Amino acid sequence: MSEMAATRDGYGQALLEIAGNPKVVVLEADLGKSTKSLHFRKKYPARTISCGIGEQNMLLTGAGLAASGYIPFASTFAIFTERAFEQMRNGVARPNLAVHLCGSHGGTHTGTDGSSAQSIEDLAIYRTLPNVVVMHPSDYVSTLELTKQLPALNKPSYTRTARNKTPVMYRGRESEIIIGKGITLRQGTDVAIIACGVLVSESVKAAEALAEKGINATVVDMHTLKPLDGDLINSLVSQCGAIVTAEDHNVIGGLGGAVAEHLVKNIFAPLEMVGVKDRFGESGQSDEMLEVMQINSKYIEQAAHRAIARKS
Amino acid sequence: MTLSIPELEEFARKCRVEIVKMVYRAQAGHPGGSLSEIDLISALYATRMRVRPDQPKWDDRDRFILSKGHASPGMYAVLAEMGFISHEDLHSYRVLGGKCQGHVDMKWCPGVDFSAGSLGMGLSFGLGCAVAASLDNSERRTFVMLGDGELQEGSVWEAAMAAAHHEVGNLKVILDRNRIQNDDFCEVQMRMFDIPAKWRAFGWEVKEIDGHNMEEVMAGLDFLESTNDKPSILIAHTIKGAGVSFMEDNPAFHGAAPNDEQFAQAMAELGEVVA
Repeated sequence: MSEMAATRDGYGQALLEIAGNPKVVVLEADLGKSTKSLHFRKKYPARTISCGIGEQNMLLTGAGLAASGYIPFASTFAIFTERAFEQMRNGVARPNLAVHLCGSHGGTHTGTDGSSAQSIEDLAIYRTLPNVVVMHPSDYVSTLELTKQLPALNKPSYTRTARNKTPVMYRGRESEIIIGKGITLRQGTDVAIIACGVLVSESVKAAEALAEKGINATVVDMHTLKPLDGDLINSLVSQCGAIVTAEDHNVIGGLGGAVAEHLVKNIFAPLEMVGVKDRFGESGQSDEMLEVMQINSKYIEQAAHRAIARKS
Repeated sequence: MTLSIPELEEFARKCRVEIVKMVYRAQAGHPGGSLSEIDLISALYATRMRVRPDQPKWDDRDRFILSKGHASPGMYAVLAEMGFISHEDLHSYRVLGGKCQGHVDMKWCPGVDFSAGSLGMGLSFGLGCAVAASLDNSERRTFVMLGDGELQEGSVWEAAMAAAHHEVGNLKVILDRNRIQNDDFCEVQMRMFDIPAKWRAFGWEVKEIDGHNMEEVMAGLDFLESTNDKPSILIAHTIKGAGVSFMEDNPAFHGAAPNDEQFAQAMAELGEVVA
């Protein structure tokens, strides 16, 4: 079986690897054990600020640090970052202060904690904020690499990580991982599947199943939702003529929404969106949740057939 | 800068004139809270703040966070008196492209350290600035001005708890206790009971003063500057609209501009001859 690891562990490891920059500071809201900033805290307690269970204060303490020359990394569960949305909007994004917010345990894949903990709207809401870079990496290595690029970004960011383990896909391919650039994992000419986060590996599985039926699918890991890699999408349309998006997120406003906005403004192609169908989740194992929400590889494959059938 | 009490009072009077003029020209804005805070900010800037008006982004400057960002005319008037911006810039208040945005904005106005406008945010931001100063081993201080109505925002208390927990002694708050908020008196909108006791219970050093008596203001600033092992708050009892009789203690002038007649009366009361 292939190597499995959680993207949140990639985030935690990245914090250790960028700790050599003395301006890097970490803010926690009592969930460092979960978001994996705890490793940084243990090694660099003087540069770690506990904010208690107070997300609003955490975001703006980060903003004050960023305005004073520091590079703050704040994390909590994706769902709880949303409690500080207006702080992110007015105190971070508006003055364009480079606070890096990480929301772990994103999506229904989070599992048995149930719907209160399953953020299905975080990518959408942060995507609406000017200046903010929005990412949802798919594996341990890409989360590690993307997080390591954040200190040089000089803009605020939101990164969603996942609680549970997913296949590690990018060992030896670290140099291909760049903020704002989608990664093509598989080449085909019949349909292009654009995915993010935990549904990237599901999309690869779907492409393998399609190949057995003689359908060749391109699979792209669109780890950065904003800025969106529009050039890549244009080339996918030219090459495949039909698009599927796949995300563990509401179909409103996330990756599917971003791709749809790009298509209607730039280039036409039929689009099928695989995502949470504007409903809340429930308690269940990760694989059960992907089935309940109809977003696993089987549903991605079905969407590919529908997209191909709609080609003119 | 050292100014005598009469000189400070004159500094603040000139700022009051500019506040009323700004709001009158714009026919919009927040005169009441600007007039209540102005003696405090005038004394703070004129006698305490370690800043360089010709180098507003100097790294080691003291920070001033106007959390009640709607009371921006007061801050702009002081920044003009200090030389961060010109008196001509005050004409840009609420004007497209102007340095003097409706609410203070660090991206638009030299000397402004925080983009405010949404209440309950400044103390957390100031906490971040203060922590950064400690990490830098810098002597710089962070002063935050809160409004009393603003204390109804829960996030203020997140910050208050965190500042005490981390013993952030370089964080110094001035509370403009003018007893009026947007819709009505605080007492009507949301009673806050014993405000000094609340801050003490959160682990802060507390002192109360009359925020319009310049000698008490100076003693209050001495208190803030001398308290360095834990965060401190100066609770300044003020009068909303102070200095303009028809605005004083009048909720109608939280966010309303004077008409022509009222403007002339205000100028006369403030000892300003209008050509």
